[in-house]
Amino acid sequence: MKKTRSFFMVPYLAWIILFVIAPLILILYQSLTNNQGQWTLQNFQTYATSWTYLKMTLNSFWYALLITAVTLLISYPTAYILSKMKRQQLWLLLIILPTWINLLLKTYAFIGLLSRTGTVNQFLAFIGIGPRQLLFSDFSFLLVASYIEIPFMILPIYNAIVQLDPALVNASRDLGATNFQTFTKVVFPLTISGVKAGIQAVFIPSLSLFMITRLIGGNRVITLGTAIEEHFLTTMNWGMGSTIGVVLIVMMFIMMMLTNDRKKKRQEVLPNEEKTN
Amino acid sequence: MQKPIIELKKITKRYDDGFTALENINMTIEPGKFYSLLGPSGSGKTTILRIIAGFTDATEGDVVFEGNKINALPANQRKVNTVFQNYALFPHMDVFENVAFGLTLKKMPKQEIRKRVLNALKVVQLPDYANREISELSGGQQQRVAIARAIVNEPKVLLLDEPLSALDMKLRKDMQYELRELQQRLKITFIFVTHDQEEALAMSDEIFVMNDGQVLQSGTPVDIYDEPINHFVANFIGESNILPGKMLKDFEVQFVGKSFECADAGMRPNEKVEVVLRPEDLDITTPEQGKLVVKVDTQLFRGDHFEIVGYDEDGNEWLIHSTNPVKDGKQIGLTFEPEDIHVMRFGEKEADFDARLEQYEED
Repeated sequence: MKKTRSFFMVPYLAWIILFVIAPLILILYQSLTNNQGQWTLQNFQTYATSWTYLKMTLNSFWYALLITAVTLLISYPTAYILSKMKRQQLWLLLIILPTWINLLLKTYAFIGLLSRTGTVNQFLAFIGIGPRQLLFSDFSFLLVASYIEIPFMILPIYNAIVQLDPALVNASRDLGATNFQTFTKVVFPLTISGVKAGIQAVFIPSLSLFMITRLIGGNRVITLGTAIEEHFLTTMNWGMGSTIGVVLIVMMFIMMMLTNDRKKKRQEVLPNEEKTN
Repeated sequence: MQKPIIELKKITKRYDDGFTALENINMTIEPGKFYSLLGPSGSGKTTILRIIAGFTDATEGDVVFEGNKINALPANQRKVNTVFQNYALFPHMDVFENVAFGLTLKKMPKQEIRKRVLNALKVVQLPDYANREISELSGGQQQRVAIARAIVNEPKVLLLDEPLSALDMKLRKDMQYELRELQQRLKITFIFVTHDQEEALAMSDEIFVMNDGQVLQSGTPVDIYDEPINHFVANFIGESNILPGKMLKDFEVQFVGKSFECADAGMRPNEKVEVVLRPEDLDITTPEQGKLVVKVDTQLFRGDHFEIVGYDEDGNEWLIHSTNPVKDGKQIGLTFEPEDIHVMRFGEKEADFDARLEQYEED
């Protein structure tokens, strides 16, 4: 029994070693060596002392934060309303559908929509306030990035809300809470796990967005993702690219730790979930 | 009669798909009494509770609380509290926070909240559990916390939705005593929903027997047990032998081909009726002395009595409770008193039933 089980582990382990652990070691190795293959902290020193890199880091953080905030503001009410609707499966499908379409395709579609001769500008011209420069702005970058990330925020929040026992909402009302109090004291605290999962799913990928920054943001928005791409593909400074990669990975881990549920809380929720099933 | 605390007037609940959950329900609830809504699942008893609590609206009819119509009053402003079937305790709060929830919303001073919460926990016999997490409690303890969370708000009416159904037998029996005792001590009106007839009989001042969205009969446990209005109630409450019969004249009924003296009257001569004989009212005697003769088929020992099933010569099944065993396959005689026979008319409504009983019981 034990043998067969470890046998089934082989493909998974091979995958993890080849595509997760090995690249991580390589990146770490690259970031800690120079062109001659000697161990050095030079890259990290450059990163820490350069105003450009620091600005890029702050920029990445700031935009990821904005994207997360925008998607959260849109997604929570959406997920909440969705959980109250009939034909939930259909609406869910409509939200998931765009994620099946290639990211590049969606991005190009937005270029078509937002360009000077695009549909949006035609409409703006029609009502007399256009055409305007929409593409290559902070606004368009935020818009497209949020659009792409929204399903990943809605789904975990929706799952958390539908798992909430409706009797708890009734109990809260029964004990004298208004709808607003019920939301802040019962519904939101009990669905916070979904919000955290959504933040993880949106914030972390948003840190390293690079294609949208280039195609929609027109390289006006420079993030760590863009920097990595530049170092690996254009300036061929793999050491520096890897260093930024390491910094990103560390930021991701910090984010994961901040948003992880504590074990104790998980156990508290469990018996209740069993009851509702 | 005391001034009623809750009145339901012609309440009807119909869902969008046309299903009628409640049909013309009229109820008068007096303060300080223990009421049970008793019926099989789907009979609409929980819907009544939800309408009183304000979780759902009646399609027609009025809910009156202390003389005021409260149809449009939201749940959070009603002076009733609910103990939910699965307790619905907030899993992200500990016991103290759960019980304090209602008081905190009222912006009561912290000292006062603390005092009242600890007192409520004492009342439900969990004085040392204030800082426990909900997940650390057993089912019975969660049950008590749910009751404490409701009574700490000093509601005028406490609604209990099958609160004992998730507990094991022993605990359920204990909680029956405790709930009854609690109700008498706090003098709060309890409206208790259950499908367990024993529970309802043991605890209630008054029972509403429900089926298919209607109240079939209401009254004290003894009244309902002794004078069930129809086949359904007789069958649902306790065990019974129900036989087709014919009312020959007042105080004389015919069944299994013989005529018997009985204590019922007020029906048309030769009206077709149903006759109820409770198994514990049948006494075993010799075949010669018996009013009826049955042949013993099976016999089960139930601890405090023997449950005997026999058949008479027409093939009718008879259920008999006896303290003494009999021999399988033996012919035995059954005797009973005239007042042990209860006669039920077909399709009689509760109001007519009560009027008829009153009419001949006065003489």
